[in-house]
Amino acid sequence: MDNIPAIETHELRKVFGERAAVKGLTLQVEQGEAFGFLGPNGAGKTTSMKMLLGLIAPTSGSASMLGSPIGDRAALKHIGFLPEHFRFQEWLTANEFLELHGHLYGMDSNELKARISELLERVGLTDFRDKLLRTFSKGMLQRIGLAQALLNHPKLVFLDEPTSGLDPVGRRLVRDIIHELRDEGTSVFLNSHLLSEIEVTCDRVAFIRHGEVARVLELASLDTNQSDVLIRAGGLTEEVTSGLAKWGKNIQANGETVNLTISAESALPEITRYLVAKGVEVYAITPQRVSLEDIFIETVGKDGSL
Amino acid sequence: MNSIWTITRMTFREAIRRRIVLTGLILGLCFIIIYAIGFHFIYISFRGVESTMQNAPSQQALAHIADTEGINALLLAGLYAVTFLSIAMAALLAADTLAGEINSGTIQTIVTKPIRRSDVVIGKWLGFAFLLLLYFLLMAGGTVLSVFFQSGYAPRNLLAGMALIYFEDLLVMSISMACSSFLSALATGGVVFGLYGLAFIGGWIEQFGAMIQNSTAVKVGIVASLVMPSESLWRRAAFEMQTPLAGALNMSPFGTISVPSPLMVGYTAAYLLVTMMLAIRVFEKRDL
Ligand SMILES: Nc1ncnc2c1ncn2[C@@H]1O[C@H](COP(=O)(O)OP(=O)(O)OP(=O)(O)O)[C@@H](O)[C@H]1O
Ligand SMILES: [Mg+2]
Repeated sequence: MDNIPAIETHELRKVFGERAAVKGLTLQVEQGEAFGFLGPNGAGKTTSMKMLLGLIAPTSGSASMLGSPIGDRAALKHIGFLPEHFRFQEWLTANEFLELHGHLYGMDSNELKARISELLERVGLTDFRDKLLRTFSKGMLQRIGLAQALLNHPKLVFLDEPTSGLDPVGRRLVRDIIHELRDEGTSVFLNSHLLSEIEVTCDRVAFIRHGEVARVLELASLDTNQSDVLIRAGGLTEEVTSGLAKWGKNIQANGETVNLTISAESALPEITRYLVAKGVEVYAITPQRVSLEDIFIETVGKDGSL
Repeated sequence: MNSIWTITRMTFREAIRRRIVLTGLILGLCFIIIYAIGFHFIYISFRGVESTMQNAPSQQALAHIADTEGINALLLAGLYAVTFLSIAMAALLAADTLAGEINSGTIQTIVTKPIRRSDVVIGKWLGFAFLLLLYFLLMAGGTVLSVFFQSGYAPRNLLAGMALIYFEDLLVMSISMACSSFLSALATGGVVFGLYGLAFIGGWIEQFGAMIQNSTAVKVGIVASLVMPSESLWRRAAFEMQTPLAGALNMSPFGTISVPSPLMVGYTAAYLLVTMMLAIRVFEKRDL
């Protein structure tokens, strides 16, 4: 079981009329991994997710979840899903709504009862247990939808922009829940436009553009790989600046500041010693981490065309 | 099996929470009260006519026959209205069910559970069938009882007649649900009432055709009944419940001249089954 990927897709494709929303999606998500799925509006993220969940039939290609072909009921038993447009049976109370979905998972009543209390507490809706969903705000609906996606202790959770309606506290909550899930070995497949959030929750991300994977990236590599450093100092001469080439490249001097790209963090103390030895007055040496946003824009282009 | 039952209960609860049951109940009671009062006054005037003929026993017997015919016609008129109202209920209940859930997206968290999509369709169908049964029993039962308690009259073959009318409700509900699996609620309503109108007109063409013995008109009517067999169920029901005399003389306005055969009932059952199978198939294949 452990070696089976949580999600595996091969050339998954969906054409709506003339237009291909997803053209040949091939990717693999390991069990226990939090995987971010990024891309501009209309890139085909939701469509891909719906194909995996069996909501939309692929035009061609294949995919499996937890080792079963898509739409397989045995796999769906271990899957949780929070849709993008979280609209629920508004004539049910929070408790009844969770009961309904628990029953659909085939959970027995006693187990369900305890789980519902636990999850209502987790998403902060215990006081609204017996209120009709009709009276819920957008963020409250998203919270109850999240609880719904976790009812069955899933092995794989699909979250389509789970924080789009949430306040900062709610966003933190979702982030914490994703961390907890990962700690429990649950795989998370996350669509989101909030890159800072993805950055702190995901192990890997795929950038998709026009329905294709443009790039897959290990987020851990963002920290350890090469990064930019900004040096602010007085008395920088051209000679001193060019001497920095020993530790980094792309050196750009601009008055009191120098920007360069170093290949390892270990270069920082050496650079400091070097500058001090040269009699330069160092005010600051700041590592400029490449943000996910930079990579996003670099990968999908900043023209904003869809 | 369990998931079907879960969906059925959900359907039922939805009907209660969205006040569909309540409005149905109130309107149904209004209908019965008005019908019962109307029947009361007409029936009194019947009795009045009968009592003026008291002296001659032969006249009295004749009056009694006329009486029975009148009451039966009134009862069938009432049941005809009940048929129409329960059909409207059937069409409206089911029109928004799949279309509405697909449109709003509430269906997405349901069908991604470890259940079959067909469970959703069957579960909802059972829920509506039960709701319609309650509604129909209230309306038709109220009509029949308000006649029975005031006059002591009950039509023959009452159970068969009632079963046929309820069957007609199920048919319309199934068609409405099937359309709802691929059309919007509004379009579904249009199609269902369009079909109902077709069957209605077809039925009358067949009746008149039979009366003037024009076999082409009868055939047109039959074709219409094959396309949409709802009206022929009503005519079979009316045939079962009309008085033997009215049947023999072809004189009751709600009775029937060209009688749909029991084969037609079998055809309708097959029609309903195929409709639901198509509904399930379409719903299973479509993107949600
Ligand atoms: N049911 C549909 N019929 C026709 N076209 C569709 C349908 N659903 C999606 N599309 C098209 O497919 C493309 C991908 O849509 P999708 O919803 O997957 O994008 P997304 O990446 O989730 O975007 P967003 O970030 O805005 O949520 C879009 O061009 C959209 O117009
Ligand atoms: Mg989307």
